[in-house]
Amino acid sequence: MTGKTSENFNKNYLNYVKTQDPPTQHFKNCAAAFGVGGLICCIGQFIRYMLQYAGLSGDELAGATSIVLIFLGCFLTGLGVYDRIGRYAGAGSIVPITGFANSVTSPAIEFKTEGWIYGMAAKMFTVAGAIIVFGVFSGVLVGLIYLFV
Amino acid sequence: MKKGNTIFFENAPCITSFAAICGSKEKEGVLGSFADITLEDDMYEESTFEKAECKMLSTVVSLAMQKGGYTEKDMDVLISGDLLNQIISASFAARDFEFPFLGVYSACSTMSESILLGAALVNAGYIRRAVAATGSHFASAERQYRYPLELGCTRPPQAQWTVTGAGGCVITDEKSGIKVVNGTLGKVCDFGVTDVNNMGAAMAPAAADTIMQHFKDTGTEPSDYDMILTGDLGALGSRILKDLTWEKGYDISENHVDCGEIVYKVIEKEFQGGSGAGCSATVLNSYIFSKMQAGLYKRILFAATGALLSTVSSGQGESIPCISHAVQLEV
Repeated sequence: MTGKTSENFNKNYLNYVKTQDPPTQHFKNCAAAFGVGGLICCIGQFIRYMLQYAGLSGDELAGATSIVLIFLGCFLTGLGVYDRIGRYAGAGSIVPITGFANSVTSPAIEFKTEGWIYGMAAKMFTVAGAIIVFGVFSGVLVGLIYLFV
Repeated sequence: MKKGNTIFFENAPCITSFAAICGSKEKEGVLGSFADITLEDDMYEESTFEKAECKMLSTVVSLAMQKGGYTEKDMDVLISGDLLNQIISASFAARDFEFPFLGVYSACSTMSESILLGAALVNAGYIRRAVAATGSHFASAERQYRYPLELGCTRPPQAQWTVTGAGGCVITDEKSGIKVVNGTLGKVCDFGVTDVNNMGAAMAPAAADTIMQHFKDTGTEPSDYDMILTGDLGALGSRILKDLTWEKGYDISENHVDCGEIVYKVIEKEFQGGSGAGCSATVLNSYIFSKMQAGLYKRILFAATGALLSTVSSGQGESIPCISHAVQLEV
């Protein structure tokens, strides 16, 4: 079959496949993401209080809190725990800063076998690269809006 | 002799010995008690997963020869392939052997293709013995096709789990063992599925096409077989396959079995079941062949399916062309 016939035929088939697909469990996924994401934020807040108690304040406090969370994200990735959390929690563990740490650390571990420079270092940002590009881009955009409005 | 897309092997080449090796996760399932070697550690005492995959392939080839009482001198050719770019596992495994190597690739249907090619060469009398082997490894396939292992992302419900394992068999002109009666050459089918997580739906039309072509060419019915075995369609793909064949008047729901569906004990994190070249290779070369030798199954149609995509093609939004080759096995 070629041209129009095959197009219609494929469309029918894809519609049929859709009826057979196991449904994504949106509610369960959202609940898990909410729970775990919230928990990570609570841990972050706890760390913040602790550091504040230790005498930090302002930008130093925010920076130190992020550093501790990033370390925890990398550490749990290295232990092979973070991907298990991620499989269960989805967006809940991807969105916080620990998820970003995971997305940098995991390719670094994975591609270490291809060498330190062309493997680990070069491929470290295969996943996080997109986050950085769009993060910087949206930062510039918001900055411009802020400047003119 | 050829009729339609099916070639008939008048001299009936025989599979005289076979071997399979499987990973730690697969061990929990049906393969555990049938595979020759089960791995405790998926690294298989190597430094990388790719090396482990290569070692598994090399080991099954030696083991299959050893079990049949053959030496390297008895072998005429190794026909093998795998899922990695430039089929490195198969080619690197072939370094270990002193006989010729033919590299083949048709993704997860590599096992049926290599049996078919081996049987054709033996049947024609060009060679006396061939080894057909394939394998795959979860970790190396994940790295090539998806994300790093440790990345915390969710798997969609249509996803399958690449089997860690390898299987191989020796096809000879001797008249004992499991006969390869005929083989149906598959053609590439593409029904426009673009979702790389839904391989079952992409591959089911190819399996349906080849299986129905086989029935037509051989004049057989689904009920003539003890088992119609597909490779790694998974639960969803199997349902679609049954629907597609039923539409055309062939009811295979009674005796259809999918390797991917039976390979894992608990279908939970692997959702639709197993996949990968090693999926059909390990199940066929351990469980199925053992049962055939024991006389439980007399006649099997083995039609493994393969999705012929790459990360480049799917990145560029191409749909997934699929293929399925079938061989009829009898004792």
